[in-house]
Amino acid sequence: MDMKKDYYEDVRLFDSKVEVFWTIVLLLSLAIFPEIGGNYYAYLLNLIAINAIVALGLNILVGYTGQISLGHAGFFAIGAYTCAMLYKVYGVPFVLALPAGAFLSAGFGFLVGLPALRLEGPYLTIATMGFGMAVTQFIGHWSFLGGRMGLDIPKLEIFGLRFATDKELYYVIMAIAVVMTIGARNLIATRVGRALIAIRDSDIAAKTMGVNLTYYKTLAFAISAFYTGTAGGLMAFVLGFISPENFNLMLSIVFLGMVVVGGLGSIAGSIAGAALLTYLQIRLSAVQDMWLIGPWVVEISERWFNVGGMANLQNIIIGLIMVLIVIVEPAGIYGFWLRTKRYWRTWPF
Amino acid sequence: MLPQLIVGGLAIGACYALIALAMVIIYKTSEVLNFAQGEMAMLSTFVAFTLLSERGVPFPWAIALTLAFSLVLGLMADFLFLRPAKNPTVLGLIVITLGLEMILYGFAGWKWGPDQRSLPFPISNVEVYQVGAVAISKVSVWIFLTALGIMGLLFIFFTYTKLGVAMKATQQNPIAARIMGIPTKKILSLTWALSSMIGTVAGILIASTYPLDVNMMMDPMMKAFAGAVMGGMTSLPGAVLGSELVGVIENIFGGYVSLEFKSVVAFAIIVLVLCVRPSGLLARHYVKKV
Repeated sequence: MDMKKDYYEDVRLFDSKVEVFWTIVLLLSLAIFPEIGGNYYAYLLNLIAINAIVALGLNILVGYTGQISLGHAGFFAIGAYTCAMLYKVYGVPFVLALPAGAFLSAGFGFLVGLPALRLEGPYLTIATMGFGMAVTQFIGHWSFLGGRMGLDIPKLEIFGLRFATDKELYYVIMAIAVVMTIGARNLIATRVGRALIAIRDSDIAAKTMGVNLTYYKTLAFAISAFYTGTAGGLMAFVLGFISPENFNLMLSIVFLGMVVVGGLGSIAGSIAGAALLTYLQIRLSAVQDMWLIGPWVVEISERWFNVGGMANLQNIIIGLIMVLIVIVEPAGIYGFWLRTKRYWRTWPF
Repeated sequence: MLPQLIVGGLAIGACYALIALAMVIIYKTSEVLNFAQGEMAMLSTFVAFTLLSERGVPFPWAIALTLAFSLVLGLMADFLFLRPAKNPTVLGLIVITLGLEMILYGFAGWKWGPDQRSLPFPISNVEVYQVGAVAISKVSVWIFLTALGIMGLLFIFFTYTKLGVAMKATQQNPIAARIMGIPTKKILSLTWALSSMIGTVAGILIASTYPLDVNMMMDPMMKAFAGAVMGGMTSLPGAVLGSELVGVIENIFGGYVSLEFKSVVAFAIIVLVLCVRPSGLLARHYVKKV
């Protein structure tokens, strides 16, 4: 049933007509969504789409190539600041500024990938973490970039069209997110993707099979940083204001959390993980307004905790989800979906 | 100025060294990279703060109670978070401790809020000892001595006590240790308890000079991690050496070159060290099995 008979079956985008149908339905509903959902949900979906791009990029590195990175907030910041500065100060059009940020980020990804050739496990973690910290520190102390005070971002304008509201921005972001998703899917299905997966499974075995480790490991870092840099450039326009505090270690941890919660080595999983964690972050940061549990949390906070620190509930919940996923279902949401599907397909048995 | 900077670096380096020791002990026993080390220490330090300034418990008793709390915290962390995971991967373990870090961070932030406080510490950090041209603050002398004392106790513990030798055996070869009748799982839990207590001491020492808030351990933990990695991640003297190096180098750099980029330089040096010696200064080079 699922057997692939030739190479073209493996690389083609859709396995069946049913899949084509559902993909079209999904794209159409994404296209009309902001008209139904309104500005707030457009904003929420913008954040989800941006985080999904990051999760895709990070999954290429962590899930497919098997390298660990706790420095993706750094790439995110490089993309955001490059795109914002080029657009705001030098008047470079957005269609050039965004790729510029992404390519600069990819360049740094290549540089971080160089020590990664010799490091693994804890050693690689500390190197990437140091990179992420260094980026934030540099931005924070460079007054040209606004320093700790942050940077105001003007409204987005492409070829004379203004994208001022979240609803309008939605179309730009979602279009880029869809293209990058297809790009990631195709990358994994081809020669490059197979090389990366071979490195993850065993780098020495991959080397014996003729995979150029130097090339593909740095390439994985560069591609991952490219995705993250693109997302950073978009994030600048969604937030309208960026400062170094936006890109701290916690952000890198949450990025890694998205990938692990969604499912390592899965495109759909990356998107699901990004959607779940982003939604929880946004809703729980204003937990007092939440239906049903809001007043209850406020009451608990007043009696035993501190009302000022109530937004920290999001950290507790996200941490719990990360721990539970690793303990209960290491393959993430995607693994859970596969298990459910298999259960129903063979149902009474 | 140089001796002054070195002395200051050694004092803060001693705090890093304690956290690094705590991480290395766990890493050696179970190959778990404990990212929650800093937050566990932070939570315990907040407990000490509550006992000292809100309940008015005398200092020695407050420290004893805090250490008891951190012991339970360490046991719980192992029991509730690490044991239930079946055959986790390296990344899985890292994610578990990162999740634990976020839970503890969120909990402390919820309970004590974002305000900065100061821990009532019996030794003043304003008074100084004058040794020649070098002025050493009283509290940094005590930090250094306490850290040194704990390291000495650890050495005695690992060399002369039955439990310490059992821990060392578990670190060296868990299967052989189990064959010899050592309950390795229990030893692992106790390792977590021990490391949590060491981390707590570091947290209290850091809070004696720096303000107490939920972010207080972020920076020290990363420096300690860096120091431990530099020392080789599996070597206890290496962790101390690496952490002291990080402390001294960043202090000298902060004094002479730029105070602003003080925390970055440590990482730059570590990446350079790792490029030359990928498994740290004092570790034997390991060979990976395919």
